[in-house]
Amino acid sequence: MEQQIKKRKTTLWSLLWNSKLGSLGAIIVLFVVLVAIFAPWIAPYDPAALDPIKRLKPPFWMEGSLPEHLLGTDNLGRDILSRLIYGSRVSLIVGVGAVLVSGLVGTLLGLLAGYYGKWSNILIMRTADAFHAIPSLLLMLVMLAVVGPGLTTLIFVIGLTNWVSYARVVRGEVLSIKERDFVRAARAAGASNARMLFKHILPNIMSTFIVLSGMNVATTILMESSLSFLGLGIKPPDVSWGTMLSDGKQYIATSWWVSTFPGLAITITVLGVIFLGDWLRDVLDPRMKAND
Amino acid sequence: MGQYLVRMLLQVVPVMFLISIIVFVLVHVTGDPVNLMLPETATEEDREILRAALGLDQPLYQQYFVYIKNVLQGDFGNSFHYGEPALPLVLERLPATFELAAVAMLIGIVIAVPCGMISAVKRNTVLDVIISFLSVIGKAMPNFWMGIMLILLFSVSLGLFPVSGRGGVEHIVLPAFTIGIGLAAQMTRLIRSNMLEILSQDYIRTARSKGLREVLVVGRHAFRNGLIPVVTIMSLQFTSLIGGTLVTETVFAWPGLGQLLVTSVNMRDMAVVQAAVFIIALVVIVCNMLTDVVYRYLDPRIKYN
Repeated sequence: MEQQIKKRKTTLWSLLWNSKLGSLGAIIVLFVVLVAIFAPWIAPYDPAALDPIKRLKPPFWMEGSLPEHLLGTDNLGRDILSRLIYGSRVSLIVGVGAVLVSGLVGTLLGLLAGYYGKWSNILIMRTADAFHAIPSLLLMLVMLAVVGPGLTTLIFVIGLTNWVSYARVVRGEVLSIKERDFVRAARAAGASNARMLFKHILPNIMSTFIVLSGMNVATTILMESSLSFLGLGIKPPDVSWGTMLSDGKQYIATSWWVSTFPGLAITITVLGVIFLGDWLRDVLDPRMKAND
Repeated sequence: MGQYLVRMLLQVVPVMFLISIIVFVLVHVTGDPVNLMLPETATEEDREILRAALGLDQPLYQQYFVYIKNVLQGDFGNSFHYGEPALPLVLERLPATFELAAVAMLIGIVIAVPCGMISAVKRNTVLDVIISFLSVIGKAMPNFWMGIMLILLFSVSLGLFPVSGRGGVEHIVLPAFTIGIGLAAQMTRLIRSNMLEILSQDYIRTARSKGLREVLVVGRHAFRNGLIPVVTIMSLQFTSLIGGTLVTETVFAWPGLGQLLVTSVNMRDMAVVQAAVFIIALVVIVCNMLTDVVYRYLDPRIKYN
Protein backbone atom coordinates (compact mmCIF):
# COMPACT_ATOMS: atom_id res chain seq x y z
CA MET A 1 0.00 0.00 0.00
CA GLU A 2 2.74 2.42 1.02
CA GLN A 3 4.69 1.62 -2.11
CA GLN A 4 1.65 2.33 -4.23
CA ILE A 5 1.23 5.76 -2.69
CA LYS A 6 4.90 6.51 -3.25
CA LYS A 7 4.64 5.51 -6.87
CA ARG A 8 1.61 7.75 -7.39
CA LYS A 9 3.44 10.66 -5.83
CA THR A 10 6.46 10.32 -8.08
CA THR A 11 4.26 10.22 -11.16
CA LEU A 12 2.48 13.39 -10.03
CA TRP A 13 5.80 15.13 -9.46
CA SER A 14 7.17 14.08 -12.82
CA LEU A 15 3.93 15.20 -14.46
CA LEU A 16 4.31 18.59 -12.82
CA TRP A 17 7.94 18.78 -13.89
CA ASN A 18 6.99 17.96 -17.48
CA SER A 19 4.55 20.87 -17.70
CA LYS A 20 6.48 24.11 -18.06
CA LEU A 21 3.61 26.41 -17.07
CA GLY A 22 2.53 24.02 -14.32
CA SER A 23 5.97 24.05 -12.71
CA LEU A 24 6.25 27.82 -13.15
CA GLY A 25 2.89 28.17 -11.38
CA ALA A 26 3.98 25.79 -8.62
CA ILE A 27 7.22 27.73 -8.08
CA ILE A 28 5.39 31.07 -7.88
CA VAL A 29 2.75 29.73 -5.48
CA LEU A 30 5.39 28.01 -3.31
CA PHE A 31 7.39 31.25 -3.20
CA VAL A 32 4.37 33.32 -2.13
CA VAL A 33 3.42 30.72 0.51
CA LEU A 34 6.96 30.72 1.96
CA VAL A 35 7.07 34.53 1.99
CA ALA A 36 3.71 34.61 3.79
CA ILE A 37 4.78 32.05 6.40
CA PHE A 38 8.18 33.59 7.12
CA ALA A 39 7.09 37.24 6.75
CA PRO A 40 8.24 38.37 10.23
CA TRP A 41 11.77 37.01 9.56
CA ILE A 42 12.14 38.25 5.98
CA ALA A 43 10.58 41.70 6.22
CA PRO A 44 13.25 44.33 6.95
CA TYR A 45 10.77 46.63 8.76
CA ASP A 46 7.51 46.61 10.65
CA PRO A 47 4.95 47.07 7.80
CA ALA A 48 3.02 49.62 9.87
CA ALA A 49 6.02 51.63 11.08
CA LEU A 50 5.59 55.28 10.08
CA ASP A 51 8.48 57.57 9.21
CA PRO A 52 7.14 60.91 7.96
CA ILE A 53 10.65 62.23 7.20
CA LYS A 54 11.34 59.44 4.71
CA ARG A 55 7.99 59.55 2.90
CA LEU A 56 7.63 58.75 -0.82
CA LYS A 57 11.25 57.70 -1.35
CA PRO A 58 11.79 55.96 -4.72
CA PRO A 59 13.14 52.39 -5.23
CA PHE A 60 16.88 51.70 -5.09
CA TRP A 61 17.81 52.30 -8.74
CA MET A 62 16.44 55.82 -8.82
CA GLU A 63 17.94 59.09 -7.74
CA GLY A 64 17.13 60.15 -4.20
CA SER A 65 16.54 56.60 -3.00
CA LEU A 66 17.57 55.30 0.39
CA PRO A 67 19.64 52.10 0.44
CA GLU A 68 17.72 50.77 3.46
CA HIS A 69 14.38 50.93 1.59
CA LEU A 70 14.89 48.70 -1.47
CA LEU A 71 11.52 49.34 -3.09
CA GLY A 72 11.04 52.80 -1.62
CA THR A 73 8.49 54.11 0.87
CA ASP A 74 4.83 55.13 0.66
CA ASN A 75 3.01 58.34 1.54
CA LEU A 76 3.44 57.71 5.29
CA GLY A 77 7.06 56.62 5.02
CA ARG A 78 6.27 52.93 5.42
CA ASP A 79 8.65 50.43 3.78
CA ILE A 80 7.00 49.10 0.60
CA LEU A 81 8.96 45.83 0.48
CA SER A 82 7.93 44.96 4.04
CA ARG A 83 4.30 45.80 3.26
CA LEU A 84 4.40 43.65 0.10
CA ILE A 85 5.77 40.74 2.16
CA TYR A 86 3.06 41.05 4.81
CA GLY A 87 0.37 41.63 2.16
CA SER A 88 0.93 38.11 0.83
CA ARG A 89 -0.56 36.77 4.07
CA VAL A 90 -3.93 38.46 3.59
CA SER A 91 -4.12 37.40 -0.08
CA LEU A 92 -3.47 33.75 0.75
CA ILE A 93 -5.59 33.59 3.91
CA VAL A 94 -8.59 35.17 2.20
CA GLY A 95 -7.95 33.26 -1.05
CA VAL A 96 -7.86 29.84 0.60
CA GLY A 97 -10.29 30.61 3.45
CA ALA A 98 -13.07 31.95 1.24
CA VAL A 99 -12.69 29.07 -1.21
CA LEU A 100 -13.01 26.60 1.67
CA VAL A 101 -16.19 28.33 2.87
CA SER A 102 -17.79 28.41 -0.57
CA GLY A 103 -16.59 24.87 -1.31
CA LEU A 104 -18.13 23.55 1.90
CA VAL A 105 -21.45 25.36 1.49
CA GLY A 106 -21.71 24.72 -2.26
CA THR A 107 -20.75 21.04 -2.02
CA LEU A 108 -23.23 20.38 0.77
CA LEU A 109 -26.06 22.12 -1.09
CA GLY A 110 -25.07 20.41 -4.35
CA LEU A 111 -25.09 17.02 -2.63
CA LEU A 112 -28.53 17.70 -1.14
CA ALA A 113 -29.99 18.95 -4.42
CA GLY A 114 -28.52 16.11 -6.46
CA TYR A 115 -29.11 13.25 -4.02
CA TYR A 116 -32.53 14.04 -2.60
CA GLY A 117 -33.92 15.92 -5.61
CA LYS A 118 -37.57 17.04 -5.47
CA TRP A 119 -38.27 20.21 -3.50
CA SER A 120 -34.75 20.52 -2.05
CA ASN A 121 -33.45 20.48 -5.61
CA ILE A 122 -35.93 23.14 -6.73
CA LEU A 123 -35.31 25.37 -3.71
CA ILE A 124 -31.52 25.15 -3.88
CA MET A 125 -31.18 25.51 -7.64
CA ARG A 126 -33.63 28.44 -7.85
CA THR A 127 -31.69 30.20 -5.09
CA ALA A 128 -28.53 29.47 -7.05
CA ASP A 129 -30.11 31.07 -10.15
CA ALA A 130 -31.00 34.20 -8.18
CA PHE A 131 -27.47 34.41 -6.76
CA HIS A 132 -26.11 33.95 -10.27
CA ALA A 133 -28.25 36.82 -11.59
CA ILE A 134 -26.61 39.31 -9.23
CA PRO A 135 -23.00 40.25 -9.99
CA SER A 136 -21.01 38.76 -7.10
CA LEU A 137 -19.15 41.99 -6.40
CA LEU A 138 -22.52 43.69 -5.93
CA LEU A 139 -23.69 41.08 -3.44
CA MET A 140 -20.43 41.41 -1.53
CA LEU A 141 -20.81 45.19 -1.37
CA VAL A 142 -24.27 44.82 0.19
CA MET A 143 -23.07 42.27 2.72
CA LEU A 144 -20.04 44.38 3.64
CA ALA A 145 -22.28 47.43 4.01
CA VAL A 146 -24.20 45.49 6.65
CA VAL A 147 -21.44 43.65 8.52
CA GLY A 148 -18.55 46.07 8.01
CA PRO A 149 -14.99 45.35 6.82
CA GLY A 150 -12.40 43.01 8.35
CA LEU A 151 -10.44 39.86 7.60
CA THR A 152 -12.91 37.27 8.96
CA THR A 153 -15.99 38.98 7.54
CA LEU A 154 -14.24 39.22 4.19
CA ILE A 155 -13.59 35.46 4.12
CA PHE A 156 -17.23 34.70 4.85
CA VAL A 157 -18.65 37.38 2.56
CA ILE A 158 -16.61 36.19 -0.44
CA GLY A 159 -17.15 32.56 0.53
CA LEU A 160 -20.92 32.85 0.88
CA THR A 161 -21.21 34.67 -2.45
CA ASN A 162 -19.33 32.11 -4.54
CA TRP A 163 -20.96 28.83 -3.57
CA VAL A 164 -23.12 28.67 -6.71
CA SER A 165 -20.49 27.18 -9.04
CA TYR A 166 -19.79 24.38 -6.53
CA ALA A 167 -23.47 23.61 -6.00
CA ARG A 168 -24.12 23.40 -9.75
CA VAL A 169 -21.11 21.24 -10.60
CA VAL A 170 -21.49 18.94 -7.58
CA ARG A 171 -25.20 18.47 -8.27
CA GLY A 172 -24.45 17.48 -11.85
CA GLU A 173 -21.79 15.02 -10.75
CA VAL A 174 -24.06 13.49 -8.10
CA LEU A 175 -26.84 13.02 -10.63
CA SER A 176 -24.57 10.99 -12.88
CA ILE A 177 -22.79 9.08 -10.10
CA LYS A 178 -26.11 8.18 -8.48
CA GLU A 179 -26.99 6.01 -11.47
CA ARG A 180 -23.69 4.13 -11.54
CA ASP A 181 -23.65 0.45 -10.63
CA PHE A 182 -21.53 0.66 -7.49
CA VAL A 183 -23.90 3.21 -5.98
CA ARG A 184 -26.94 1.11 -6.86
CA ALA A 185 -25.19 -1.92 -5.35
CA ALA A 186 -24.46 -0.02 -2.14
CA ARG A 187 -28.08 1.05 -1.92
CA ALA A 188 -29.29 -2.51 -2.55
CA ALA A 189 -26.98 -3.64 0.25
CA GLY A 190 -28.91 -1.31 2.54
CA ALA A 191 -26.41 1.52 3.03
CA SER A 192 -27.81 4.53 4.89
CA ASN A 193 -28.18 7.88 3.15
CA ALA A 194 -25.30 9.39 5.10
CA ARG A 195 -23.07 6.46 4.21
CA MET A 196 -24.05 6.70 0.56
CA LEU A 197 -23.33 10.42 0.45
CA PHE A 198 -20.07 10.57 2.34
CA LYS A 199 -18.58 7.14 1.66
CA HIS A 200 -19.60 6.49 -1.94
CA ILE A 201 -20.47 9.74 -3.65
CA LEU A 202 -18.26 12.36 -2.00
CA PRO A 203 -14.91 10.63 -2.76
CA ASN A 204 -15.89 10.51 -6.41
CA ILE A 205 -16.36 14.25 -6.70
CA MET A 206 -13.08 15.14 -4.97
CA SER A 207 -11.14 15.72 -8.19
CA THR A 208 -13.87 18.02 -9.53
CA PHE A 209 -13.78 19.85 -6.21
CA ILE A 210 -10.02 20.37 -6.39
CA VAL A 211 -10.12 21.56 -10.00
CA LEU A 212 -12.88 24.06 -9.26
CA SER A 213 -11.06 25.30 -6.15
CA GLY A 214 -7.87 25.97 -8.10
CA MET A 215 -9.73 28.36 -10.40
CA ASN A 216 -11.67 29.92 -7.53
CA VAL A 217 -8.56 30.80 -5.50
CA ALA A 218 -7.39 33.02 -8.37
CA THR A 219 -10.69 34.91 -8.64
CA THR A 220 -10.95 35.19 -4.86
CA ILE A 221 -7.52 36.82 -4.58
CA LEU A 222 -8.63 39.33 -7.23
CA MET A 223 -11.91 39.96 -5.39
CA GLU A 224 -10.17 40.56 -2.08
CA SER A 225 -7.85 43.09 -3.68
CA SER A 226 -10.78 44.83 -5.41
CA LEU A 227 -12.77 45.11 -2.18
CA SER A 228 -9.76 46.31 -0.21
CA PHE A 229 -9.03 48.81 -2.98
CA LEU A 230 -12.57 50.15 -2.59
CA GLY A 231 -11.93 50.54 1.15
CA LEU A 232 -14.37 47.76 2.08
CA GLY A 233 -12.03 44.85 2.66
CA ILE A 234 -9.04 44.80 4.94
CA LYS A 235 -8.68 47.56 7.53
CA PRO A 236 -5.36 48.81 8.97
CA PRO A 237 -3.16 47.65 10.66
CA ASP A 238 -3.64 44.56 8.44
CA VAL A 239 -1.85 45.03 5.14
CA SER A 240 -3.49 44.14 1.82
CA TRP A 241 -2.08 44.67 -1.66
CA GLY A 242 -5.42 46.21 -2.64
CA THR A 243 -5.24 48.78 0.17
CA MET A 244 -1.65 49.63 -0.79
CA LEU A 245 -2.83 50.30 -4.33
CA SER A 246 -5.56 52.66 -3.25
CA ASP A 247 -3.06 54.49 -0.97
CA GLY A 248 -0.75 54.92 -3.94
CA LYS A 249 -3.40 56.05 -6.40
CA GLN A 250 -3.39 59.64 -5.13
CA TYR A 251 0.36 59.91 -5.60
CA ILE A 252 0.44 58.39 -9.07
CA ALA A 253 1.59 61.64 -10.69
CA THR A 254 4.72 61.92 -8.55
CA SER A 255 5.41 58.49 -7.04
CA TRP A 256 4.54 55.69 -9.46
CA TRP A 257 6.17 52.96 -7.36
CA VAL A 258 3.65 53.10 -4.51
CA SER A 259 0.85 51.63 -6.64
CA THR A 260 2.95 49.73 -9.20
CA PHE A 261 4.60 47.12 -6.95
CA PRO A 262 1.47 45.85 -5.17
CA GLY A 263 -0.29 45.51 -8.56
CA LEU A 264 2.65 43.46 -9.84
CA ALA A 265 2.48 41.29 -6.73
CA ILE A 266 -1.23 40.58 -7.30
CA THR A 267 -0.78 39.85 -11.01
CA ILE A 268 2.18 37.49 -10.52
CA THR A 269 0.48 35.63 -7.65
CA VAL A 270 -2.75 35.20 -9.60
CA LEU A 271 -0.80 34.08 -12.69
CA GLY A 272 0.92 31.44 -10.57
CA VAL A 273 -2.39 30.18 -9.21
CA ILE A 274 -3.92 30.10 -12.72
CA PHE A 275 -0.97 28.12 -14.16
CA LEU A 276 -1.03 25.66 -11.28
CA GLY A 277 -4.82 25.39 -11.46
CA ASP A 278 -4.79 24.72 -15.22
CA TRP A 279 -2.21 22.01 -14.74
CA LEU A 280 -4.25 20.42 -11.94
CA ARG A 281 -7.29 20.46 -14.21
CA ASP A 282 -5.43 18.78 -17.07
CA VAL A 283 -4.10 16.06 -14.76
CA LEU A 284 -7.16 15.41 -12.57
CA ASP A 285 -9.99 16.04 -14.95
CA PRO A 286 -9.01 15.75 -18.62
CA ARG A 287 -12.67 16.12 -19.63
CA MET A 288 -12.60 19.76 -18.54
CA LYS A 289 -9.53 20.48 -20.63
CA ALA A 290 -10.05 23.42 -22.95
CA ASN A 291 -10.17 22.74 -26.66
CA ASP A 292 -6.48 22.68 -27.57
CA MET B 1 -42.48 34.86 -30.41
CA GLY B 2 -45.00 36.86 -28.34
CA GLN B 3 -45.73 33.87 -26.16
CA TYR B 4 -42.05 33.28 -25.74
CA LEU B 5 -41.48 36.86 -24.57
CA VAL B 6 -44.28 36.59 -22.04
CA ARG B 7 -42.78 33.38 -20.68
CA MET B 8 -39.36 35.04 -20.41
CA LEU B 9 -40.89 37.96 -18.53
CA LEU B 10 -42.59 35.56 -16.16
CA GLN B 11 -39.21 34.03 -15.37
CA VAL B 12 -37.96 37.40 -14.19
CA VAL B 13 -40.54 37.55 -11.41
CA PRO B 14 -39.30 34.66 -9.23
CA VAL B 15 -35.67 35.74 -9.63
CA MET B 16 -36.45 39.32 -8.60
CA PHE B 17 -38.56 37.93 -5.74
CA LEU B 18 -35.60 35.91 -4.48
CA ILE B 19 -33.31 38.91 -4.83
CA SER B 20 -35.75 40.96 -2.77
CA ILE B 21 -35.65 38.28 -0.07
CA ILE B 22 -31.85 38.15 -0.09
CA VAL B 23 -31.58 41.93 0.23
CA PHE B 24 -34.32 42.05 2.88
CA VAL B 25 -32.69 39.32 4.95
CA LEU B 26 -29.29 40.98 4.68
CA VAL B 27 -30.52 44.37 5.78
CA HIS B 28 -33.20 43.41 8.32
CA VAL B 29 -31.91 40.24 9.89
CA THR B 30 -28.11 40.30 9.95
CA GLY B 31 -27.86 43.87 11.13
CA ASP B 32 -30.22 46.19 12.98
CA PRO B 33 -31.19 48.84 10.41
CA VAL B 34 -31.62 51.31 13.27
CA ASN B 35 -27.95 50.96 14.14
CA LEU B 36 -27.09 51.72 10.54
CA MET B 37 -29.25 54.84 10.51
CA LEU B 38 -28.52 56.43 13.85
CA PRO B 39 -25.19 57.79 15.07
CA GLU B 40 -23.45 55.77 17.78
CA THR B 41 -24.29 58.41 20.39
CA ALA B 42 -28.05 57.79 20.07
CA THR B 43 -29.81 56.69 23.25
CA GLU B 44 -31.88 53.52 23.60
CA GLU B 45 -35.00 55.71 23.69
CA ASP B 46 -34.14 57.25 20.31
CA ARG B 47 -33.69 53.77 18.91
CA GLU B 48 -37.10 52.64 20.16
CA ILE B 49 -38.81 55.67 18.63
CA LEU B 50 -37.16 55.13 15.25
CA ARG B 51 -37.88 51.40 15.41
CA ALA B 52 -41.57 52.05 15.96
CA ALA B 53 -41.64 54.74 13.27
CA LEU B 54 -40.11 52.35 10.74
CA GLY B 55 -42.38 49.49 11.77
CA LEU B 56 -39.43 47.40 12.90
CA ASP B 57 -41.32 46.26 16.00
CA GLN B 58 -43.73 44.35 13.74
CA PRO B 59 -43.29 40.63 13.00
CA LEU B 60 -40.75 39.90 10.27
CA TYR B 61 -43.20 38.68 7.60
CA GLN B 62 -45.27 41.85 8.01
CA GLN B 63 -42.14 43.93 7.66
CA TYR B 64 -41.39 42.07 4.45
CA PHE B 65 -44.87 42.79 3.04
CA VAL B 66 -44.54 46.48 3.82
CA TYR B 67 -41.07 46.44 2.32
CA ILE B 68 -42.10 44.69 -0.92
CA LYS B 69 -45.13 46.95 -1.27
CA ASN B 70 -42.91 50.00 -1.09
CA VAL B 71 -40.34 48.50 -3.46
CA LEU B 72 -43.02 47.75 -6.05
CA GLN B 73 -44.04 51.41 -5.90
CA GLY B 74 -40.42 52.41 -6.43
CA ASP B 75 -40.06 53.61 -2.87
CA PHE B 76 -36.77 52.51 -1.37
CA GLY B 77 -36.84 55.24 1.25
CA ASN B 78 -34.79 58.40 1.44
CA SER B 79 -31.04 58.58 1.22
CA PHE B 80 -29.88 60.03 4.51
CA HIS B 81 -26.82 61.49 2.86
CA TYR B 82 -28.54 63.31 0.01
CA GLY B 83 -31.90 63.71 1.78
CA GLU B 84 -33.72 62.68 -1.39
CA PRO B 85 -35.62 59.55 -2.50
CA ALA B 86 -33.11 56.85 -3.37
CA LEU B 87 -34.53 55.56 -6.66
CA PRO B 88 -34.22 58.80 -8.71
CA LEU B 89 -30.67 59.19 -7.41
CA VAL B 90 -29.85 55.77 -8.80
CA LEU B 91 -31.69 56.26 -12.08
CA GLU B 92 -29.98 59.53 -12.91
CA ARG B 93 -26.62 57.74 -12.69
CA LEU B 94 -27.63 55.03 -15.16
CA PRO B 95 -26.82 56.83 -18.47
CA ALA B 96 -23.20 57.39 -17.47
CA THR B 97 -22.78 53.72 -16.58
CA PHE B 98 -24.52 52.54 -19.76
CA GLU B 99 -22.28 54.77 -21.83
CA LEU B 100 -19.15 53.37 -20.20
CA ALA B 101 -20.34 49.77 -20.37
CA ALA B 102 -21.34 50.00 -24.04
CA VAL B 103 -18.04 51.51 -25.17
CA ALA B 104 -16.13 49.00 -23.04
CA MET B 105 -18.03 46.08 -24.55
CA LEU B 106 -17.37 47.42 -28.04
CA ILE B 107 -13.64 47.66 -27.30
CA GLY B 108 -13.68 44.17 -25.82
CA ILE B 109 -15.31 42.73 -28.97
CA VAL B 110 -13.08 44.64 -31.37
CA ILE B 111 -10.02 43.21 -29.59
CA ALA B 112 -11.30 39.72 -28.78
CA VAL B 113 -12.98 38.63 -32.03
CA PRO B 114 -9.96 39.09 -34.34
CA CYS B 115 -7.53 37.84 -31.67
CA GLY B 116 -9.60 34.73 -30.97
CA MET B 117 -10.04 33.97 -34.67
CA ILE B 118 -6.36 34.50 -35.54
CA SER B 119 -5.47 32.33 -32.57
CA ALA B 120 -7.67 29.53 -33.86
CA VAL B 121 -6.67 29.76 -37.52
CA LYS B 122 -2.96 30.03 -36.70
CA ARG B 123 -3.28 27.43 -33.97
CA ASN B 124 -0.09 26.46 -32.11
CA THR B 125 2.01 29.07 -33.89
CA VAL B 126 4.01 31.82 -32.19
CA LEU B 127 1.12 34.21 -32.80
CA ASP B 128 -1.32 31.88 -31.01
CA VAL B 129 1.03 31.49 -28.05
CA ILE B 130 1.51 35.26 -27.76
CA ILE B 131 -2.23 35.95 -27.88
CA SER B 132 -2.97 33.20 -25.34
CA PHE B 133 -0.26 34.48 -23.03
CA LEU B 134 -1.49 38.07 -23.22
CA SER B 135 -5.04 36.99 -22.46
CA VAL B 136 -3.91 35.05 -19.38
CA ILE B 137 -2.04 38.11 -18.15
CA GLY B 138 -5.15 40.19 -18.82
CA LYS B 139 -7.14 37.79 -16.64
CA ALA B 140 -4.59 37.90 -13.82
CA MET B 141 -4.38 41.72 -13.70
CA PRO B 142 -6.85 43.38 -11.34
CA ASN B 143 -8.68 45.91 -13.52
CA PHE B 144 -8.29 48.78 -11.07
CA TRP B 145 -4.53 48.30 -11.36
CA MET B 146 -4.80 48.25 -15.14
CA GLY B 147 -6.66 51.58 -14.85
CA ILE B 148 -3.96 53.10 -12.66
CA MET B 149 -1.23 51.92 -15.03
CA LEU B 150 -3.11 53.41 -18.01
CA ILE B 151 -3.36 56.70 -16.10
CA LEU B 152 0.37 56.52 -15.38
CA LEU B 153 1.25 55.93 -19.02
CA PHE B 154 -1.30 57.99 -20.96
CA SER B 155 -2.19 60.79 -18.54
CA VAL B 156 0.86 61.34 -16.38
CA SER B 157 3.69 60.51 -18.83
CA LEU B 158 2.19 61.29 -22.23
CA GLY B 159 -0.50 63.76 -21.15
CA LEU B 160 -2.91 62.43 -23.79
CA PHE B 161 -6.08 61.83 -21.75
CA PRO B 162 -7.60 63.38 -18.62
CA VAL B 163 -7.14 61.50 -15.35
CA SER B 164 -10.76 61.49 -14.25
CA GLY B 165 -14.31 62.73 -14.70
CA ARG B 166 -16.88 62.56 -17.48
CA GLY B 167 -17.13 64.94 -20.42
CA GLY B 168 -15.94 64.67 -24.00
CA VAL B 169 -14.69 61.62 -25.88
CA GLU B 170 -11.24 61.95 -24.33
CA HIS B 171 -12.68 61.24 -20.88
CA ILE B 172 -14.12 57.84 -21.76
CA VAL B 173 -11.04 56.40 -23.51
CA LEU B 174 -9.07 55.24 -20.45
CA PRO B 175 -11.92 53.85 -18.31
CA ALA B 176 -13.47 52.09 -21.32
CA PHE B 177 -10.15 50.51 -22.29
CA THR B 178 -9.56 49.45 -18.67
CA ILE B 179 -12.78 47.41 -18.70
CA GLY B 180 -12.55 46.49 -22.39
CA ILE B 181 -9.08 44.92 -22.10
CA GLY B 182 -10.27 42.82 -19.17
CA LEU B 183 -13.33 41.68 -21.15
CA ALA B 184 -11.20 40.89 -24.20
CA ALA B 185 -8.93 38.71 -22.06
CA GLN B 186 -11.96 36.72 -20.90
CA MET B 187 -13.54 36.41 -24.34
CA THR B 188 -10.52 35.67 -26.58
CA ARG B 189 -10.03 32.16 -25.22
CA LEU B 190 -13.73 31.33 -25.58
CA ILE B 191 -13.85 32.62 -29.16
CA ARG B 192 -10.72 30.65 -30.00
CA SER B 193 -12.07 27.31 -28.81
CA ASN B 194 -15.38 28.07 -30.48
CA MET B 195 -13.71 28.80 -33.80
CA LEU B 196 -11.61 25.63 -33.52
CA GLU B 197 -14.78 23.63 -33.21
CA ILE B 198 -16.27 25.29 -36.29
CA LEU B 199 -13.10 24.73 -38.32
CA SER B 200 -13.40 20.99 -37.72
CA GLN B 201 -16.95 20.84 -39.11
CA ASP B 202 -17.86 18.97 -42.28
CA TYR B 203 -18.97 22.02 -44.26
CA ILE B 204 -15.56 23.62 -43.78
CA ARG B 205 -13.91 20.48 -45.12
CA THR B 206 -16.32 20.57 -48.06
CA ALA B 207 -15.50 24.20 -48.74
CA ARG B 208 -11.80 23.41 -48.65
CA SER B 209 -12.12 20.32 -50.81
CA LYS B 210 -13.93 22.20 -53.55
CA GLY B 211 -10.82 24.32 -53.83
CA LEU B 212 -11.99 27.49 -52.13
CA ARG B 213 -9.21 29.80 -51.05
CA GLU B 214 -8.46 29.68 -47.32
CA VAL B 215 -9.36 33.38 -46.99
CA LEU B 216 -12.86 32.63 -48.21
CA VAL B 217 -13.20 29.47 -46.13
CA VAL B 218 -12.34 31.31 -42.95
CA GLY B 219 -13.78 34.70 -43.85
CA ARG B 220 -17.09 33.59 -45.27
CA HIS B 221 -17.93 30.11 -44.01
CA ALA B 222 -16.31 29.95 -40.60
CA PHE B 223 -16.53 33.60 -39.57
CA ARG B 224 -20.27 33.95 -40.00
CA ASN B 225 -21.05 30.86 -37.99
CA GLY B 226 -18.43 31.86 -35.46
CA LEU B 227 -20.32 35.08 -34.76
CA ILE B 228 -23.36 33.33 -33.28
CA PRO B 229 -21.64 32.04 -30.14
CA VAL B 230 -20.00 35.45 -29.70
CA VAL B 231 -23.42 36.73 -28.66
CA THR B 232 -23.61 34.10 -25.93
CA ILE B 233 -20.04 34.79 -24.88
CA MET B 234 -20.92 38.48 -24.66
CA SER B 235 -23.92 37.75 -22.47
CA LEU B 236 -21.74 35.68 -20.16
CA GLN B 237 -19.63 38.81 -19.65
CA PHE B 238 -22.47 41.07 -18.50
CA THR B 239 -21.90 40.29 -14.85
CA SER B 240 -18.15 40.86 -15.09
CA LEU B 241 -18.88 44.00 -17.11
CA ILE B 242 -20.99 45.33 -14.25
CA GLY B 243 -18.32 44.30 -11.74
CA GLY B 244 -15.76 46.08 -13.90
CA THR B 245 -17.76 49.32 -13.96
CA LEU B 246 -18.20 49.21 -10.17
CA VAL B 247 -14.45 49.34 -9.59
CA THR B 248 -13.33 51.28 -12.65
CA GLU B 249 -15.77 54.13 -12.03
CA THR B 250 -14.14 54.61 -8.65
CA VAL B 251 -10.64 54.68 -10.17
CA PHE B 252 -11.58 57.32 -12.76
CA ALA B 253 -14.18 59.22 -10.68
CA TRP B 254 -16.69 58.39 -13.43
CA PRO B 255 -20.05 59.67 -12.12
CA GLY B 256 -21.99 56.44 -12.66
CA LEU B 257 -23.94 53.91 -10.67
CA GLY B 258 -20.85 52.06 -9.49
CA GLN B 259 -19.30 55.11 -7.91
CA LEU B 260 -22.60 55.99 -6.22
CA LEU B 261 -22.94 52.46 -4.89
CA VAL B 262 -19.39 52.30 -3.52
CA THR B 263 -19.67 55.66 -1.73
CA SER B 264 -23.11 54.69 -0.39
CA VAL B 265 -21.76 51.40 0.96
CA ASN B 266 -18.91 53.28 2.61
CA MET B 267 -21.42 55.65 4.25
CA ARG B 268 -23.89 52.82 4.92
CA ASP B 269 -26.59 54.73 3.07
CA MET B 270 -28.75 51.61 2.89
CA ALA B 271 -31.68 53.09 0.94
CA VAL B 272 -29.39 53.94 -1.99
CA VAL B 273 -27.58 50.60 -1.71
CA GLN B 274 -30.85 48.67 -1.95
CA ALA B 275 -32.18 50.73 -4.85
CA ALA B 276 -28.87 50.31 -6.72
CA VAL B 277 -28.83 46.55 -6.18
CA PHE B 278 -32.37 46.16 -7.51
CA ILE B 279 -31.71 48.29 -10.55
CA ILE B 280 -28.41 46.58 -11.39
CA ALA B 281 -29.93 43.12 -10.96
CA LEU B 282 -32.84 44.10 -13.18
CA VAL B 283 -30.48 45.47 -15.84
CA VAL B 284 -28.42 42.26 -15.82
CA ILE B 285 -31.51 40.08 -16.14
CA VAL B 286 -32.98 42.17 -18.97
CA CYS B 287 -29.63 42.13 -20.81
CA ASN B 288 -29.48 38.35 -20.51
CA MET B 289 -33.00 38.07 -21.89
CA LEU B 290 -32.20 40.36 -24.80
CA THR B 291 -29.16 38.30 -25.78
CA ASP B 292 -31.33 35.22 -25.65
CA VAL B 293 -33.72 36.85 -28.12
CA VAL B 294 -30.88 37.99 -30.41
CA TYR B 295 -29.35 34.53 -30.22
CA ARG B 296 -32.56 32.88 -31.36
CA TYR B 297 -32.89 35.40 -34.16
CA LEU B 298 -29.34 34.72 -35.39
CA ASP B 299 -29.58 30.95 -35.13
CA PRO B 300 -32.90 29.72 -36.54
CA ARG B 301 -32.02 26.16 -35.45
CA ILE B 302 -33.08 27.11 -31.92
CA LYS B 303 -36.83 26.77 -31.44
CA TYR B 304 -38.91 28.97 -29.20
CA ASN B 305 -40.01 26.17 -26.93
